[in-house]
Amino acid sequence: MQIKPILSALKKHRLATILIALEIALACAVLCNAASMIATRLSAMNIVSGVDESSLGILTVTGYAPDQASDLNARMVAGLRTIPGVESAHVVSTVPFGPQGAVSGITLDHKTYPVVVEFYEGDPGTPKALGLKLVAGHMPVLDDYQVQPKNGYLPALSRVLVTRALATRLWPGEQAVGKQFWAGPFQFRVIGVVANLAMDHPAWWGKRAPGWSVFVPALPGGLLSGSYLIRAKPQELNRVMVAAQAKVRKIAPNVVIDHASSHTVGYLRAQFFKADRAMAGLLIGVIVALLGVTALGIVGLASFWVAQRRKQIGIRRAIGATRADILRYFQTENFLIVTFGVVLGIILAIVVNLALMHVFEVSRLPLWYLPIAAVVLWILGQLAVLAPALRASHVPPVVATRSV
Amino acid sequence: MFGYYFHLALRSLRRNKVLTALMVLAIAVGIGAAMTTLTVMHILSGDPLPGKSAQIFYPQVDPMPASAYSKSHPLPQMDYRSAVDLWSAHRANRQALFVDSPVKVQAPKSNLPPLMLTLASTTADFFPMFNVPFEYGSGWTAADDTSHARVVVISNDLNNRLFAGKDSVGKTLRVNKSSVRIVGVLKPWHPSPRFYSVFGAVSGFGQGMPAYAKAEDVFVPFFTGIDINDGAFQQYTCWGRVKHPGHLVNAPCLWVALWVELDSPAKVASYRAFLTHYAQQQKALGRFANTDTRMLDLMGWLDHIHVVPSDVKLQTWLAFAFLAICLFNTVGLLLAKFLRRAGEIGVRRALGASRRAVFAQCLVEAGLIGLIGGIGGLLLTYVGLWLVRRQGAAYAGLVHLDVSMFIVTFALAIAVSLIAGALPALRASRIAPALQLKTL
Repeated sequence: MQIKPILSALKKHRLATILIALEIALACAVLCNAASMIATRLSAMNIVSGVDESSLGILTVTGYAPDQASDLNARMVAGLRTIPGVESAHVVSTVPFGPQGAVSGITLDHKTYPVVVEFYEGDPGTPKALGLKLVAGHMPVLDDYQVQPKNGYLPALSRVLVTRALATRLWPGEQAVGKQFWAGPFQFRVIGVVANLAMDHPAWWGKRAPGWSVFVPALPGGLLSGSYLIRAKPQELNRVMVAAQAKVRKIAPNVVIDHASSHTVGYLRAQFFKADRAMAGLLIGVIVALLGVTALGIVGLASFWVAQRRKQIGIRRAIGATRADILRYFQTENFLIVTFGVVLGIILAIVVNLALMHVFEVSRLPLWYLPIAAVVLWILGQLAVLAPALRASHVPPVVATRSV
Repeated sequence: MFGYYFHLALRSLRRNKVLTALMVLAIAVGIGAAMTTLTVMHILSGDPLPGKSAQIFYPQVDPMPASAYSKSHPLPQMDYRSAVDLWSAHRANRQALFVDSPVKVQAPKSNLPPLMLTLASTTADFFPMFNVPFEYGSGWTAADDTSHARVVVISNDLNNRLFAGKDSVGKTLRVNKSSVRIVGVLKPWHPSPRFYSVFGAVSGFGQGMPAYAKAEDVFVPFFTGIDINDGAFQQYTCWGRVKHPGHLVNAPCLWVALWVELDSPAKVASYRAFLTHYAQQQKALGRFANTDTRMLDLMGWLDHIHVVPSDVKLQTWLAFAFLAICLFNTVGLLLAKFLRRAGEIGVRRALGASRRAVFAQCLVEAGLIGLIGGIGGLLLTYVGLWLVRRQGAAYAGLVHLDVSMFIVTFALAIAVSLIAGALPALRASRIAPALQLKTL
């Protein structure tokens, strides 16, 4: 196959060629960046929470006076445990994807605050109910659960669990158990390290959700009240959560159930990533529409060129070109245009990505996306040009003898 | 002549139906995508107080100690003392303190379960300053502010829920543990964004998005709110220990906002000077470490706190990139189409048509495609907006196509197709007649 005659033919249709190549270049840039954004969203959605999501739910109530907190906790936990199917009920501050919990900067040297962490609090038995996996040290024993000060957030010294991610961040390469850190006036000593415990709103830290969480063992009362962790078998959880709301109306008719934050952890997770899922769906929709429009553009233009060159095709056929030659001519022509577009598109994709990284929180485009996008566009181009090219190959040689 | 060209364009479009359909579809899809996202942008970044927003300002001072942490600007809220000092100076035409807190509300003699609502504690100027419409009664007076009067203004929605929409002025309501008398019921009022109570912490991840939540249901005088809902206030941030969580008066915390209305540039300048003077005076007293102040107008403030979610901005860029692809597509197809008629055009030129006439004829054809594409785009925009509403974001309920966006849709469609048509039409008009006639 000779490329030179194709190139000189394209030179005659310079403008149309450039336009279709630009269209492909733009499609390539959008395709790469949209695909990278979809991947980012999906990987954010796959965050490991570190808790047994399918077995857990949270029930949150508000509208009680602070002095009723201890009494309410006792009644709620006792009442919730009587619901058939409930394996355990605990007083907790929040769960991953649940209502906003306590967040604070922490320090090792009282000078710098290198990380912001999430503090979870829970009563005895909570780590087991959550399903936390211990990787070093030990789980809190009964002694580690301390009474909450009446008018404050935490006791002066708490013995806590930290996540592996936080331990690695604070003490890289060292044994974390026994180490200490501070948040304002509060002191913490690490007694154990758990594999994972996601921050309750991982996305607040951007898509890099570091999983820097601390679990503070605490006895119910004071500020640790109003949110209750319910554990049940996965298949019974939905029924249990409905029964729990009915039960609350009996146990404590004067409190207000916070319906927005009283759900299974699975549901809260789905809600939490709703916007990401919608965005990913939208991006997929755009990619499909984009490829469709590009393909239609190629079909339209190729059809026109075929119609325009009927006579030339006839002459070529008359002087000995086979059908396959004609077919291959149009296929090669398309390949050249798409290649031209893809080369431009790769440059454009990188430029667009750099601009997006500057303005939005978009991650760097993995370079291996580029060859894949090129292949996709080549295939798309070949498929789109196939029908017009086949039509061209069926032009009979006799056309050459007719005028116009 | 236009009528004739229009007729010719129709004939030409009918001659090759598939190609026409392709071009119309490309424009329609591009317009549909661009207009859907543009409508969402238009609604989210709209002016919540048209005609008045330029007179509304958000003053800020910086009460944080120097050691708190490094930053270049005052944080979004103020401590109690600074806010009340500035408010009680009454240097602006109108001024309103503002703070939100969660509260339990119950209608006495009703068997409805208690409700957990958001309590807005503000001062009398709030209602006239933000053009808040009243269904029944009115706001409270400045005297009610200073006397900690137990009065309340409720939303239309709450009035419907508790009093079945009847005039409830004069009735009482249990707000936390206090009885308050209703003095006003609002008309349905949905400022979007809820501009007066977004103070940063607007996350760009589509999560929560308090900026587009509905307005508060209960409004009480500022100092009344501080009294009756003590213990429920939440700080933006604190730089020292809070003795009693939820009780923030005199605590080292940022939690109160102040809005002012200034009706002339001179007033604005003098208020800025007043702010600077206040900050310097407080520094001299040893209460402030920084004398930075800032006062943005309403739209400037909304822009500063990035009230439009970044996802929405990203979608808009994406949609316009898509529209550009559709545009290239249409240009390519029109070019092919016009040049294929080179013979026909050559004859017209030879018979005396000017280049301009040929150009006009081609543009009319392109414009017609744009018009049909615009109608298709409009339908697709409705579909797109329906999809956005189904997506369930916090702003979903607000999304609709208003008259201005309806017109923009058609303007955009025709502009796009004229731009798409200009280049091919130019090429067509430059066809040399002699060359074409020779090949006939």
